[in-house]
Amino acid sequence: MKEAYVQFHGIVKKFGTVVANDHIDLDVEKGEILAILGENGSGKSTLMNMLSGIYMPDSGSITINGKPAEIRSPKDSIKLGIGMIHQHFKLIDNFTGYQNILMGNSSASLRQKKEIKKINELMDKYGLHIDLDKYVYDMSVGEKQTLEIIRVLYRGADILILDEPTAVLTPEEIKKLFVILKNMRSAGHAIIIITHKLNEVMEISDRVTVLRKGRNVGTLITKETSIWELTELMVGKPMDPVIHREECELGEVLLTLDGVTAYNEDGVKVLDEIGFELFSHEIVGVAGVAGSGQKELCEAIAGLYPVHKGSVKCMGQEIIGKTPGEIIRMGVSMSFIPEDRLGMGLVGSMDITDNMLLKSYRDQKGLFINRQPAREMAKKIVEKMDISTPSISTPVSKLSGGNIQKVLLGREIESNPKVLITAYAVRGLDIGASYTIYDMLNRQKKRGVAVLYIGEDLDTLLQLCDRIIVMFAGKISGIVDARNATKEQIGLMMTGKVMMYV
Amino acid sequence: MDLKLFLSAAVIAGTPLLLATLGEILTEKAGNLNLGIEGMMLMGAVMGFITAYHTQSPFLALAAAFLTGALGSLIYAFLTVTLRVNQQVSGLALTTFGTGFAGFLGQKYVGLLVPDNVKAALANVKIPLLGDIPFIGDILFNKDPIVYISYVIVIIIGIYLYKTRKGLNLIAVGENPAAADAAGINVNLYKYVHILIGGALCGLAGAYLSLIYVPAWQDNIVAGRGWIAVALVIFVTWNPYKAIAGSYLFGGLDILGFRLQKFELSIPQYFLDMLPYAATIIILIIASVKKSKKNLPPTSMGLPYFRENR
Repeated sequence: MKEAYVQFHGIVKKFGTVVANDHIDLDVEKGEILAILGENGSGKSTLMNMLSGIYMPDSGSITINGKPAEIRSPKDSIKLGIGMIHQHFKLIDNFTGYQNILMGNSSASLRQKKEIKKINELMDKYGLHIDLDKYVYDMSVGEKQTLEIIRVLYRGADILILDEPTAVLTPEEIKKLFVILKNMRSAGHAIIIITHKLNEVMEISDRVTVLRKGRNVGTLITKETSIWELTELMVGKPMDPVIHREECELGEVLLTLDGVTAYNEDGVKVLDEIGFELFSHEIVGVAGVAGSGQKELCEAIAGLYPVHKGSVKCMGQEIIGKTPGEIIRMGVSMSFIPEDRLGMGLVGSMDITDNMLLKSYRDQKGLFINRQPAREMAKKIVEKMDISTPSISTPVSKLSGGNIQKVLLGREIESNPKVLITAYAVRGLDIGASYTIYDMLNRQKKRGVAVLYIGEDLDTLLQLCDRIIVMFAGKISGIVDARNATKEQIGLMMTGKVMMYV
Repeated sequence: MDLKLFLSAAVIAGTPLLLATLGEILTEKAGNLNLGIEGMMLMGAVMGFITAYHTQSPFLALAAAFLTGALGSLIYAFLTVTLRVNQQVSGLALTTFGTGFAGFLGQKYVGLLVPDNVKAALANVKIPLLGDIPFIGDILFNKDPIVYISYVIVIIIGIYLYKTRKGLNLIAVGENPAAADAAGINVNLYKYVHILIGGALCGLAGAYLSLIYVPAWQDNIVAGRGWIAVALVIFVTWNPYKAIAGSYLFGGLDILGFRLQKFELSIPQYFLDMLPYAATIIILIIASVKKSKKNLPPTSMGLPYFRENR
């Protein structure tokens, strides 16, 4: 049998007591796309960062083209022809595309024309295109990714690693990316794509390696497997990959937005005439490319972002211009689960009890704090939400992402809100924890709560929500019924190319 | 007041500021804020003076100041780059250390003068042709050798930062060390090299004070100029060319009080002495009010870099 181009032998990597990679064996051929599938924290990125020189393995070895490879730094990795496109782009915002490509390359010719010609030839060969003189801070996420790909190709990479490359792209951009990846495959590159999205694995990869809790639990040929088999391997137990949607009769209007317009610090319009209604017994999703105004929308409703004009009525009461404290005192029962859990939602260094207290201590009388009710509430939530924590006096920052989210959601739901706003509620959570959150949202919906769900993954939005609001550049570019909308439709609206209202 | 004489004196008063500012620009471009300028200037000043006093050699004196400044910044670099200690605290510690170092070594020399032959070697030299330009010639081109060296350093740093690949790499390190690292740039090496050169320039700035500007040894000879340089870097938006104008402006403010004395104005002397420091504060306020994308500090300045950080 022919030896694989890149081979991992028994790779072990520990962070303190946490074993991120546990004796992993893996191989990649030239001219194939290998998907590495796994939940958050399963060790995918850690494993690949050992190829790119960010981490060094504690034990085990890597061979490239049959020769043992000693990768001590990213520089060594580049020399071996490895190029990694990180999930969080490694680009300098204040540099142009050209400067980003050039930096760190000491062997480049001093003649700019010659290098630009070389880059242009590369772009033509793989069907990539980008304006080299544009500054990175002016680029869209898709452009930044293209720039990263051009850079690794320019540095002569024949092994490409892409860490969650589709996480921030629109469906249209994903399609383009996949065409580029296929071009690179036919040019004989070895391509590794890290992902947790099953349908992408099915679409693009030739083989798929599944990681679970730092171990390689199986390498399969994509054509011979199914989404169900992969889910089971990834989660460790059989699981329905489809999210359940609670079907309810719509109730009364709970939240009304009309002509909400807001500007950011630089005077740029971040919300432009936003108007919609939110009913009792419904989950409304908000889709859009990152930075289309989702964050500002949530914060504007919660009274945290200054609104220039327009109105937000919650259960008939105008809440624009009120601080969060005033909104609470008005008796409007609204809860906000912010994107930044440990920044805006909870205090990381405080324990569960004290985090419960944060919302209620003002109601207490007297100089001293009575922790007893909060302690009871903490116990109740830990039990009800199935939070795994050593005790209720453990600082929340020590908990896993999923458990932190459960603490936050638990506290907010405990106050019996009528309107619940969640921003990226499942970001960074594994499938199991995500499904718990979806269940909780469904239960709230059944109870008559109006839920605004800001999401990233279009599949989730389509399965969980009743309606989906699509945002583009601070505007609503469409509101669709999730039951009969398609991903492609929403994708087009996300780029502002199509407007549609249902 | 003779304007030409005043401007000529402003250039001399501005030269130590210029050298220190250039040093700090290099340091900050590598992503490190070194608040130890004052300390490194004092270390350079005292070692330069002592070496000049004992060896009578201007070259050895300047070399000693240069190396002492670099040595001071090596302490800072080891703390902040290798051990990843808080940069601000490390810089302040270096200033405290440098102050003590200069005070201790210099106590026997207080009031002593720079030897005559050193003074002679560092005297003004008129540059042919350029020095003959009316007005400007005397102000800029009839000066001591260190002033000319400072011009050359400005040009070298300007070309290095804006025209060379290594300069591009340096800016990348200061903007986003993780990205620079991933692109194969040796981040820690870049930080060390530029912190050390930065410190050496501060040492030279100190020696300028003790060997040329004063030229004698006195306690606390730097007198807060290191702090002005910290602010100047912001004022000149990390640009070595603008550093020339900025430094001479502050040099002018520095001597203004002294020059105005003879007019017997009713302004108290202490108020005039305060001018450069008051201007520093005003500059910082202006810099914080008008922010544009072009004049921002290196993005990762002040932050430690650790590759395996998660």
